[in-house]
Amino acid sequence: MNIHEYQAREILESYGVSVPRAGVASTPDEARQLAVEFGGRVAVKAQVHAGGRGKAGGVKLVQAPDEAAEAAAGMLGTNLVTHQTKAGGAPVRKVLVAELTDIADELYVAITMDADAKAAMVMASSEGGVEIEEVAANTPNKIVRHAVDPLIGLSPYHARDIAMKIGVPTDLVQPATGLITNLCRVFQELDASLVEINPLVVTTDGRVMALDAKIAFEDDALFRHREILDLEDSEQNDELEQKAHDAGLAYVKLDGGRVGCMVNGAGLAMATMDITKTAGAAPANFLDVGGGAAEDKIAEAFEIIVSDDDVEVILVNLFGGILRCDVAARGIVMGAQYTGTQMPLVVAMRGTNANEGLQILADAGLNVTTVGDLGEAATALTQVLGADGSNA
Amino acid sequence: MGILVDENTRLLVQGLGRDGSFQASSCRAYGTNMVAGVHPRRDGTKFEDEVPIFETVAEAVEATGANVGLIFVPAAGAADAIIEQVDAGLPLVVCISEGVPVQDMVTTLAYIEGKSSRLLGPNCPGLIHPSSRAKVGIIPGNILSEGRVGVVSRSGTLTYEAVMQLTDLGIGQSTCIGIGGDPLHGTTFVDVLEMFENDDETDAIVMIGEIGGTKEQQAAEFIKNHVTKSVVGAIVGQTAPPGKRMGHAGAVITGKAALASEKIRGLKEAGVHVAESAAVIGAKMAEVLGR
Repeated sequence: MNIHEYQAREILESYGVSVPRAGVASTPDEARQLAVEFGGRVAVKAQVHAGGRGKAGGVKLVQAPDEAAEAAAGMLGTNLVTHQTKAGGAPVRKVLVAELTDIADELYVAITMDADAKAAMVMASSEGGVEIEEVAANTPNKIVRHAVDPLIGLSPYHARDIAMKIGVPTDLVQPATGLITNLCRVFQELDASLVEINPLVVTTDGRVMALDAKIAFEDDALFRHREILDLEDSEQNDELEQKAHDAGLAYVKLDGGRVGCMVNGAGLAMATMDITKTAGAAPANFLDVGGGAAEDKIAEAFEIIVSDDDVEVILVNLFGGILRCDVAARGIVMGAQYTGTQMPLVVAMRGTNANEGLQILADAGLNVTTVGDLGEAATALTQVLGADGSNA
Repeated sequence: MGILVDENTRLLVQGLGRDGSFQASSCRAYGTNMVAGVHPRRDGTKFEDEVPIFETVAEAVEATGANVGLIFVPAAGAADAIIEQVDAGLPLVVCISEGVPVQDMVTTLAYIEGKSSRLLGPNCPGLIHPSSRAKVGIIPGNILSEGRVGVVSRSGTLTYEAVMQLTDLGIGQSTCIGIGGDPLHGTTFVDVLEMFENDDETDAIVMIGEIGGTKEQQAAEFIKNHVTKSVVGAIVGQTAPPGKRMGHAGAVITGKAALASEKIRGLKEAGVHVAESAAVIGAKMAEVLGR
């Protein structure tokens, strides 16, 4: 789960991490007032769940309150398109207004989970304020890595070592050590999947502070952080993804595909997506309906796929285990009746009650091509897509 | 003798809620010797009127000589159950539970390091050894057939797909193992490949990987240097976008190494026979075996 920069900033502040003075505004007038409060020179930053805001015009540095209001007016109510958003961009409902700091040096520090180290990994660099992927690709020796010991955590001397290696000036090593230690506490205590500060700045007046803040949380641990759940801004999510999430379905919308996929099991779902490639097409979504999905959940999954305008054909691949194919079939029929769709279905059902399931689909008069396995599914998909004149 | 479970398996099941009971029942129906259940507040009762249920794992192991533990405890308590089973000295601990917080696994893996237990999972379908009718987990027994191909995979239902293809082509399986879809898990591809390489019952291996992490590359490196048996490989997620979790917590493209294409390249370089898609895993194995 992602949160906004202004929310991440508040969390960092509550953990004792130095951040610039700032406030959040929903109107140009609020932005102006905040700018007045901070002395006029401020950064106005669009609050969206995506990186690359600077290049996309979502960050403006201004010198006076009226300019702050103007910058805010240009962002609020629009959709910001960055290289990380979908084509339509992400809606800007709030801007962060932060006092400008005079920067002496820009550094980078982040904490992520590292599967190979089986631990949280601190990544830091003397090269802040740029895309860290570029630093990693061009000058990998400028990235310092430290795996956080699972049992003792990040010892202060570890944090000090990291601070010194990324070039924090000697007289600021102590506050930087505290800052890095606190970032680690945020990561561990709140079950974050990412805490990223880019840039971490050294100011000309001798302070170390987090000029930007990105925090993401691990979905599987949200059950023990109700306060974090309250920070969710569902408007930032894809509409269909949000609907699926609310229904308890693992669904990801993919750009540019026209084959809707309904599968049980994540691995089989990926395999099914890949099969569309064999048929010369692309998947419109990832969807795992899960192990023991009931009829209404399948119906909801079906509705979500159908309501995706990109979808022209639906590929159903279900391996009955805990999930019963007859239950799934009834769900599909329910979803089809509700949406009134005539969309062609290519269906593979194996395992528990597969024959009953296929019979239910046939009896319902849906436009179904039944296939025996993934290979046949690819062939059938090619035929169905080829037969549809709109794809010529 | 199977590589991890066989006729000597004495199964303990922890977490006998609705799903756990259903699955424990199907393990028994397949032929597995389930000797104990563990469930709070049901101490002294019996599962299906036959298998004694205990309050703690230690008591159950002491009383029954259980040697494999199977966990269906909900995610929030799964790490605790793993630790309890490891402390009770169970040589093999299989955790099916999905959605275990990754930080719980960080500390749990550190805790069990150096102890005598092997962990399989979490978020895995378990394993099955058809020739001895030993099933520990949720893999549907009816799709397997006895034979000499070992199967290892990160996914559940995709494992079933591959097994079904093999069975349909008359290619039976020695042991079939799902290592799980989480980024932090116990037994790895490399561990299982080593066991299959040393297993007299296994002639060839199917390995099914997916996007995310670098475990397939580590497997490729191991295969290149240590595996003499034929390996058929498949990697799914070729059409997945970067940065998005494809169901499995571990299935996220976070960098170049996590891409399907990189993993396929690594496996090919290691001499693995890579199936072009998951639809032809069985056919690829038939080709390799000269059938």
